[in-house]
Amino acid sequence: MDELNYLDIIYDSLRITLLDILPIIAVFAFFQWGVIRKGLPHWKKMAAGMGMVVVGLAVFIVGLEECIFPLGTSMAQQLTDPQFVMSDSPASNSLIDGKRIGAEFYIEVILFGFLIGFSTTLAEPALIAVALKAKEISTGAISTLGLRIAVALGVGTGVALGVFRIIEGSPLHYYIITGYVVLMIQTYFAPKFIVPLAYDSGGVTTSTVTVPLLVALGLGLASNVPGSSPLLDGFGLIAFASLFPMISVLAYAMIQERFFSRVPDSAMK
Amino acid sequence: MVKTLRLLLVKFSQSFLDVLPILLVITFFQLVIIQKPFPHLKETIFGFILVVIGLFIFIQGLENALFPIGERLAVEFAIKGNVYWIVLFGFTLGFATTIAEPALTVISQKAGHIAAEAGVIDRAKESMATYVWGLRLVTAFSVGLAGAIGVIRIIKGWPLVIFILTGYSLIVVTTFFAPKEIIGIAYDAGGITTSTITVPLITALGIGLATSIRGRNPIIDGFGLIALASLMPILFVMFYGIFVFGPG
Repeated sequence: MDELNYLDIIYDSLRITLLDILPIIAVFAFFQWGVIRKGLPHWKKMAAGMGMVVVGLAVFIVGLEECIFPLGTSMAQQLTDPQFVMSDSPASNSLIDGKRIGAEFYIEVILFGFLIGFSTTLAEPALIAVALKAKEISTGAISTLGLRIAVALGVGTGVALGVFRIIEGSPLHYYIITGYVVLMIQTYFAPKFIVPLAYDSGGVTTSTVTVPLLVALGLGLASNVPGSSPLLDGFGLIAFASLFPMISVLAYAMIQERFFSRVPDSAMK
Repeated sequence: MVKTLRLLLVKFSQSFLDVLPILLVITFFQLVIIQKPFPHLKETIFGFILVVIGLFIFIQGLENALFPIGERLAVEFAIKGNVYWIVLFGFTLGFATTIAEPALTVISQKAGHIAAEAGVIDRAKESMATYVWGLRLVTAFSVGLAGAIGVIRIIKGWPLVIFILTGYSLIVVTTFFAPKEIIGIAYDAGGITTSTITVPLITALGIGLATSIRGRNPIIDGFGLIALASLMPILFVMFYGIFVFGPG
């Protein structure tokens, strides 16, 4: 019974991943044969590789959605439950009725936001791909793990701050515009070779792993934190999670340049 | 044979290490902070195994297919030397991957309901369908445009910063004029256009182009396509909001 259920889910996930990849294949096929007019060399190997991409992603998503996300969501629910939040405070129930609870009572949730943002980003397949490429073309000067940790720290910080904002109830655009200003100042001082890669890493983080978890966390928070509404405060975590990696990757390169002064050969040309 | 097996084992343990932090965080919070036993221990372990296997297979496919295909096409285009075809390719790829994106369908429908509730469009099924389709088309068009502009930028060697700076400034200014109802959806639309399959392909393509064109630097000119693709939809969805709802 249980096995059958999983097969069903895997089949479903395969179907969705295939739908995702079909337009890409169509565009590539049209340009390969219609415009370039050459056969694809090693096409069997490529087709097998494409198959692996689809199957791998489908299995990955099933594992996440069926087993890890439900647990993460229920944790977010438990951690934001007012009863749990106030359990270690002496002035328990009188504060809960319709009033905001200070951010200091939510330390656990903020820590959870940071760690879950950090750890899921390390497992993000799209980020692994970009980091592999970055290492390849910088002839090893941009380390795969270094870049991934920098991005993950950015996402973690962004999520923690986003959680803090939901609890505080302050407007989103103050944070975002401040972030943009910091980003522009950094761009001016950071080594030039890192800037495009840093900007790209903002978009990379909002893929398969991080987005569903952040949406669940945001909604869980906004529906449990007294005085905040899911409609107004629930979203915005994604905006934080794509802004802060840019800042942290630029910071990573600035620190590396300042203390280790390693600049990739290809950037010297 | 033994060598291949050992290599596979190394790559597999790499995937395991990639996923390990999630397991550690979840275990720590469940046992130390919430202090309750795991609700579905068997399912969680099974899911963890699936995630590791899936990631392992995906990365094999990445190195065998997504990267080489993206690079080859970029090189072929550069040899052919016809700018119009490359730009058209950038547009088509952005448009096609976005219009089929499941996350975009979900968000557009949500936006349709919000618009109907606000009384801006008719509650009738047809006018809501038109609105939802309009939103999807506009988003896909904007990502296509980002692809085209991004490719032109790589060919010409224009600095990315100028585009990002202009884009952000336009977004900030437009936010003041856009109706409240559309802003959240617009900012969300920026994140959904970069799926796990599209990112490696686009990255390989950009770097391939920058490598094959004389005088371009792969690090400085090759990256940046994803940044543009996550910026443009924000702007264009707000434009669409102003067009449909009127200025806010």
